[in-house]
Amino acid sequence: MPTPTDPAATPIIEFRDVEKRFGDNVVLKNLDFHVNRGERVTLIGPSGSGKTTILRLVMTLEEATDGLILIDGDPLTHRIVDGRRVRLSNREIKRTRTRIGMVFQQFNLFPNMTVIQNITESPIHVLGQSKAEATRRARDLLHQVGLDDKADAHPSSLSGGQQQRVAIARALAMDPEILLLDEVTSALDPEIVGEVLGILRRIAETTDITMLIVTHEMQFARDVSDRVLMFDGGSIVEDADPDTMFTAPAHERTRKFLKAVLGEGQIGTR
Amino acid sequence: MLENIQATVEAWPFLARGLWVTIQLTVLGSALALVLAIILGLMAGAPARALSVPGRIIIEFFRGTSLVVQLFFIFFVLPQFGIDLPGMVVGVLALGLNYGAYAAEVVRGSIASVPRGQWEATTALSMSPVHRMRRVIFPQAWALMIPSLASLMVHLLKGTAIVSVILLQDFTFHLDQLRRVTDTTWAYAVVGLVGYFVLALALTLVMNALEARAKHRLGRGPSLREILSPTPTAKDSLSTAGRGF
Repeated sequence: MPTPTDPAATPIIEFRDVEKRFGDNVVLKNLDFHVNRGERVTLIGPSGSGKTTILRLVMTLEEATDGLILIDGDPLTHRIVDGRRVRLSNREIKRTRTRIGMVFQQFNLFPNMTVIQNITESPIHVLGQSKAEATRRARDLLHQVGLDDKADAHPSSLSGGQQQRVAIARALAMDPEILLLDEVTSALDPEIVGEVLGILRRIAETTDITMLIVTHEMQFARDVSDRVLMFDGGSIVEDADPDTMFTAPAHERTRKFLKAVLGEGQIGTR
Repeated sequence: MLENIQATVEAWPFLARGLWVTIQLTVLGSALALVLAIILGLMAGAPARALSVPGRIIIEFFRGTSLVVQLFFIFFVLPQFGIDLPGMVVGVLALGLNYGAYAAEVVRGSIASVPRGQWEATTALSMSPVHRMRRVIFPQAWALMIPSLASLMVHLLKGTAIVSVILLQDFTFHLDQLRRVTDTTWAYAVVGLVGYFVLALALTLVMNALEARAKHRLGRGPSLREILSPTPTAKDSLSTAGRGF
């Protein structure tokens, strides 16, 4: 378990009055929240509630239409200059982006590269590591995810679970301070979900990487999270520690949602 | 019949020379077309309008004007501005520009159809746009574009026949010479047909091999060596067994 963070310290992720619109469709509105360094925060809520959009905003795959996102106090894509919201240069955005990693629902391994090339490509060409150094680290990570023998395999010859484990190793090879996990087990066969969650649990236990997680695996969320945020309609409905969230949620909306995903009788009532 | 064969054998040195000119035009024209297609295709697909707008204009211009007109323009009009190019260069230039503009659309379309998740993964790994294109997107788009490029190349091969209008002595030119001593049916329907067909077949085989190699690199389909080996080995059947666990 990570050490408790000093609440006075600068949060590693901070959303300030963030709005995200796609045309007329408002996905996130006036969103304020923060994540402290080393915290594991899970976002739950019905589909379309904006959870995945939050991860995509942090990864700069999307840009907020209003408000600010700060990473360790630094603006991510926009800052306020003389009262006006202006976009940062691509170079500035990239500097912050290298501190963030993401694992996707669909793995997104590069099919034109072997497993080891997938993992070492960015450490070598973006971080400037030597090939020997990057390869050593990649083999170490492959060992951690239990795929020592797959270094030279092609992604297409791997099962879904194996591909996702490679994708986790690939994200970790960049030594991110923040790891975003976007429904990483949703595309996997049920019997393989456990092996991937096991690896993520171990990473949570052995590192102090900040994690922002979107998942439908409620037991996993309960086990690894320091905090759970319940979303609905683009806003936070409830922000609580996992025990409170899953056993005694304060809001009717949360109770309804958890009842729907966990089944009747799973939630203790106050 | 016998005289025709006789005449063809006698004309063979000329026909061979013509074939060689046609092959040169095809290979050099295709090479230029490919280079232009990649440049124009990347420009047209770029997010920056300063690149995409000029790219689009150039593509539409060379697609929208006919090859013969372009050929005449380079051969007859440019010399009046002091640009006097050898016939072979004119032929390669016109073929390259015309087919390059068509192929640019293939390049742009193939790049655009690489799945969005691949682009997003490169962002998550902080790759620069150039790095992303060179190492991730283009190698995947390449496998998608080869079949269309191959068919454009066969078109280009057949397009080379019109360069005889600028007095280049290609295969068609020598077929026409042969027609004078034999007859039209023989020269065009037999010698011409077989000549162009064999060239097109060779081109298609080369492009098929390129496609197989590109797909194998993406982990789809057997390697070229496996395709070409007459007896499948145990290793081959293993690797084609697909995604086993």
